[in-house]
Amino acid sequence: MTTSVEERRQRWQAVRHALLLIVGLVLAWQALYLWVGDIALASPLETVRYAARLLTTDTFYPHLRDTMLAFAAGYALAVVLGLSIGFWLGFHRLSGEVLEPMVVAVYSLPKVTLYPILLLAFGLGISAKIAFGTLHGVIPIILFTLAAVRNIKPILLKTGRALKLTPLQTVRTILFPAALPEIFTGLRVGFSLTLIGTLLAEMFASQRGLGFLLMNGIGLHNVELIMAITLMIVAFAATVSTVLLHIDHRLHRRV
Amino acid sequence: MTRLNLYRLLVILAAIGTLEGLCLAGAIDRITMQPPHEIARDFVRLLASGRMNGAIRKTLGNSAIAFAMALAAGISFAALLHGMRALRATLDPLFATYYAVPVFAFYPFLIVVFGLGDVPQVLIGFMLAVVAVIVNTLNGLDRVPRVLVKAARVHRLGRLRMATSITLPFAAPYILTGVKLAVAYALIGVVGSEFIMSRGGLGYEISFAYTNFENATMYPLIVLILVISIALNALLTGWEKRLLARRGQR
Repeated sequence: MTTSVEERRQRWQAVRHALLLIVGLVLAWQALYLWVGDIALASPLETVRYAARLLTTDTFYPHLRDTMLAFAAGYALAVVLGLSIGFWLGFHRLSGEVLEPMVVAVYSLPKVTLYPILLLAFGLGISAKIAFGTLHGVIPIILFTLAAVRNIKPILLKTGRALKLTPLQTVRTILFPAALPEIFTGLRVGFSLTLIGTLLAEMFASQRGLGFLLMNGIGLHNVELIMAITLMIVAFAATVSTVLLHIDHRLHRRV
Repeated sequence: MTRLNLYRLLVILAAIGTLEGLCLAGAIDRITMQPPHEIARDFVRLLASGRMNGAIRKTLGNSAIAFAMALAAGISFAALLHGMRALRATLDPLFATYYAVPVFAFYPFLIVVFGLGDVPQVLIGFMLAVVAVIVNTLNGLDRVPRVLVKAARVHRLGRLRMATSITLPFAAPYILTGVKLAVAYALIGVVGSEFIMSRGGLGYEISFAYTNFENATMYPLIVLILVISIALNALLTGWEKRLLARRGQR
């Protein structure tokens, strides 16, 4: 694929802005550290060092694996459920009109309060965490898929009918490509929200995972541990979301 | 009542009915959940007893503080930032990825810095809400027609007068979208952090009831929070619709 000079210039500018932002945030952090002192805060350098050390210890990996496992399972479930419900509500006009505002309302609820119910239903283990992650992630996927399917131009579907495509072929060759950019936006937002849900679950009642380590750090009054894990989570979430955002923009431009 | 609202009501009633049936049939045991009619009874009892008044006041008060701070800081910051193109271009990636980062991950850090008082909860609510206000205010300011700005220049309005009498009023419907999100986010932030670790408030009471297997307290409280946030949201959505409709007619 050839990229125009203008496009390349824009990309370079975006990278420059991102780097500038990161430098600015680190400087602000360092300034805050110098101002507050090292009782309450760890400096950026100390935090990175601590994080690097943490990554080499054996006790850290089980927690990381647990969080990632719960997150991956929660996200997979959210994608499958979200796409199926989204396609259903997008196609079946009445169901969509009745249920869409209700799904939107669920989005703005403090879903944390529902976590005890999930704990009682699934028990204190990884299933409750997965369910809570899914609960967060599924909503944007439903809403974006619904909108994507609803906005597909009728002419495309008519063409499919004229060509006598089977339903499966229609989905594969018409619906999916046409709806992909918007569905991808849903998948992107769902990714972030599933991660938030999983971590929230771990922070409340859990014996394992990064969220548990974070809360454990309060009891130990280990500022470095807390800041190192927070940094890792923030860095992971921001990096993945930037990459997904980039793909998202490209998909939307293509159409 | 419109046909769609009737269907919505039927969906909710069917869901509650199914839960009731499952509970009465024993498919959902009492340790997990009591039947909805008992939750409704406990809900009335709990509110009438006044036992939760302190927690309700604390949660709503802290959410209101977080919201007010986010609104004031968000609008003034956005109004300032709107004029600074370079800074705005630098901060754009931050706004774009902000809600992908779990803000709650900062809560333990805030507890260590500020102690376990009200400050960390209010700050989490503020942090969640403020960016929604900034982004939506910027969006509104971007749409101010040039002719209005020119008219303001002709009248030699200063920057502050221009913001308060021209650009911010024009951006009001967009800001209201931010306000709606900010209300929800402030409440989510405060209740969520209370729930994770705190000394009081509705989130704390729910987690306390959960730890002590007091379902008769826990479920009514969950219902209370859901009712509060749905009511607030419905109120603001109605206002937003009216404001946008008025704009559309003009």
